[in-house]
Amino acid sequence: MRLMSEPVKASSSPTFRRRSDTPFFLVMGGISACFIILIVLLLAADVVFTSPSDFIDALRKPEIQAAFRLTILSCSAAAVLSLWVATPLGYLLSRYRFPGRWLVDTLVDIPIVLPPLVLGLSLLILFHLPIFGWELEAWLRDSVGFPVTYQWPAVVLAQFSVACAFAVRTMRVTFDQIDPRAEDVARTLGCTRGQAFMQIALPQAWRGMIAATTIAWARALGEFGPILVFAGATRMRTEVLSTTVFLELSIGQLNAAVAVSLLMVAMAVVVLLILRVLGTGLNA
Amino acid sequence: MIELDHVSIHAGEFSLSGICMQVPRGHYAVLMGRTGRGKTTILESICGLRKVTSGRILIDGVDVTSWLPGDRQIGYVPQDLALFPTLTVAQHLAFALRLRKRPQSEIDERISQLADVLGITPLLGRKVDALSGGESQRVALGRALSFRPAVLLLDEPLSALDESTRTEMHELLKRVKETTGVTTLHVTHSNEEAEVLADQRFELNDGVLRVA
Repeated sequence: MRLMSEPVKASSSPTFRRRSDTPFFLVMGGISACFIILIVLLLAADVVFTSPSDFIDALRKPEIQAAFRLTILSCSAAAVLSLWVATPLGYLLSRYRFPGRWLVDTLVDIPIVLPPLVLGLSLLILFHLPIFGWELEAWLRDSVGFPVTYQWPAVVLAQFSVACAFAVRTMRVTFDQIDPRAEDVARTLGCTRGQAFMQIALPQAWRGMIAATTIAWARALGEFGPILVFAGATRMRTEVLSTTVFLELSIGQLNAAVAVSLLMVAMAVVVLLILRVLGTGLNA
Repeated sequence: MIELDHVSIHAGEFSLSGICMQVPRGHYAVLMGRTGRGKTTILESICGLRKVTSGRILIDGVDVTSWLPGDRQIGYVPQDLALFPTLTVAQHLAFALRLRKRPQSEIDERISQLADVLGITPLLGRKVDALSGGESQRVALGRALSFRPAVLLLDEPLSALDESTRTEMHELLKRVKETTGVTTLHVTHSNEEAEVLADQRFELNDGVLRVA
């Protein structure tokens, strides 16, 4: 009671002090801006370096047109294949605890961490490794009539190997975010696990499936090392846009190389925009 | 009829063993007990979502212990309802019937009949994300009853509802009990619910199931 009746001392009265959030935004914004500016400068330098006429000249070259066509087709094939594999694999990794799951989980990431040239070399060795006199590439070429190495299928396979790993990650996160209880209840209503997957899980995963396809497509677009080793860089045959940049550079055609680079930037931006729109909804 | 014959279940941190229970055909049984004692685990085992380590589960005299959940003909309303986010209310009611490849005319008839009993006819075309708690509850109940199951399992179906909605749902559950005569096992904390609905009461405490 005494405490309450004592007069409040001047020293204990709250001191008013106005503070500012400006330093916070300056520091955070400043650090963030460094990276953003770097990217903008990179793109701006490419644009400034080339001229519209260089760009058009480069795009008129039949070799580059062929590379553009092969890039679109091979990236699309790799992305669709990746989705086909990533959807079941991502679902299994998300829903089930099975023996060796950690091993599968680790193996899926190997194409992501492997140096690209090593991946290409590994593909080359796999297809040409003699096993008791039998060789995969020779069998595909002679018996199936479908040669792979240094042909367009090698391009798709090299792109798929890396793109699929990213697609699996995306699909796994997608299914992690979908409540498995609805699938459980569907099973009590008469679904098998397969029907619950097809009728309940998949319709909820469409956004993730589009994201996985887009990510796979974008990764395939940037693929270079494994393609160079496993598919070669034969003009008009196994040349994709990333190899075009390398080939044009190697013959001193810097203008053409930059023009093709800009074309790839434009393609990547389109893909990123699609991803952003689908990932956050049309209104965001 | 639901029959558990010395059923043992291991689930994470706790285990139940030697559970015996009989709910005669057409009876409405209420299972009570404190939270975290395994009531939901028992329901999940009956409908096949959780494996039992020993013992037998019989539905209408048939041993379904090793059957897939979808083959047991059990209607299950889980506590979290787990409605299907991509389907409309009508599609929920039709889901189990479509799986059973019933003719469209029969499905349509069943949807309107269920919607009428449950009072959700105006909601049939709606997606489930905008439904209120009571409406969602009715849809989940309708989905579980749609295929005229032999047994209905309800896991604290009314715990998340406000007082007046709960009273409405009591009436609804009583009506379902009288009109369908489905053998029901209803998990709840509420004595009031047990008094209103139960023909038979069980209590689960310290891993022991007793007839109360």
